[in-house]
Amino acid sequence: MEIGLSQYLTVAAILFTIGVFGIFLNRKNVIVILMSVELILLSVNINLVAFSSFLGDLVGQVFALLVLTVAAGEAAIGLAILVTYFRNRGTIAVEDINLMKG
Amino acid sequence: MVAALFFYLFSAIAVASAVMVISARNPVHSVLFLILCFFNAAGLFVLLGAEFLAMILVVVYVGAVAVLFLFVVMMLDVDFVELREGMLNYLPIGAVIGLIVLVELALAVGSWVISPASLQARAAPLPEGVTNTEALGRVLYTDFLFYFQAAGLVLLVAMVGAIVLTLRHKEGVKRQNISVQVARSPATAVEVVKVKPGQGI
Repeated sequence: MEIGLSQYLTVAAILFTIGVFGIFLNRKNVIVILMSVELILLSVNINLVAFSSFLGDLVGQVFALLVLTVAAGEAAIGLAILVTYFRNRGTIAVEDINLMKG
Repeated sequence: MVAALFFYLFSAIAVASAVMVISARNPVHSVLFLILCFFNAAGLFVLLGAEFLAMILVVVYVGAVAVLFLFVVMMLDVDFVELREGMLNYLPIGAVIGLIVLVELALAVGSWVISPASLQARAAPLPEGVTNTEALGRVLYTDFLFYFQAAGLVLLVAMVGAIVLTLRHKEGVKRQNISVQVARSPATAVEVVKVKPGQGI
């Protein structure tokens, strides 16, 4: 069976859904939420690279590179905020994060 | 045929390990399954002919981001059992929303075909006889130079932000102070004590 564009898109869609599902499933645990966001960004990257490959256009890969950069920065900043928050409050439960009364 | 086999292998392991990421009891296991998922996604990238991005994925994600996650999980003394309480309360609503998202995505992109007309609109067509890395470098350093610089700025800001957020100055830590250390004289550094015989200090 020939592997076409839609197979890759389906895999990316499944990964995206698992990421969204993970955010719902682990609503109290910020670390797993951050990992779910990483999964979502990975699925977006698979989409971009698949389109780039099947269209024969390199722009998709350039864009995937930029998404990778932003994802790395997001993970670093998110974990830094997490460490600071844990030092101040001694917990990382999401529902306790209400310092700003938003 | 071999490519199809490897596609199904990589995608099956990627999806299975993604499920384990969100459902593992121990967050360390979650991070390790995340690493496995990234490795298999890198395999998919290789199948798609994007070797450079595959290697970047392994280096950046597995080498940096996942290890960062691992450090944080191991450094913080978090009671993860308490955090998992009430997890099953969110299961039905999460499953419903996940199913809706999946169905929508399948309907939207599942039967995607690229029209022949769009082949003329390519901004940077894949050149012939050039490796993926070289082709990517050719467009990245010429046509997309500003985007590349912006990515570097994003990384710089992220680095500065992470350092500013997590650096803390402890009180009572002895640090080097060159001018004070150099300005020491025998009068301030040495104390001469006359000890009488048989008495001690």
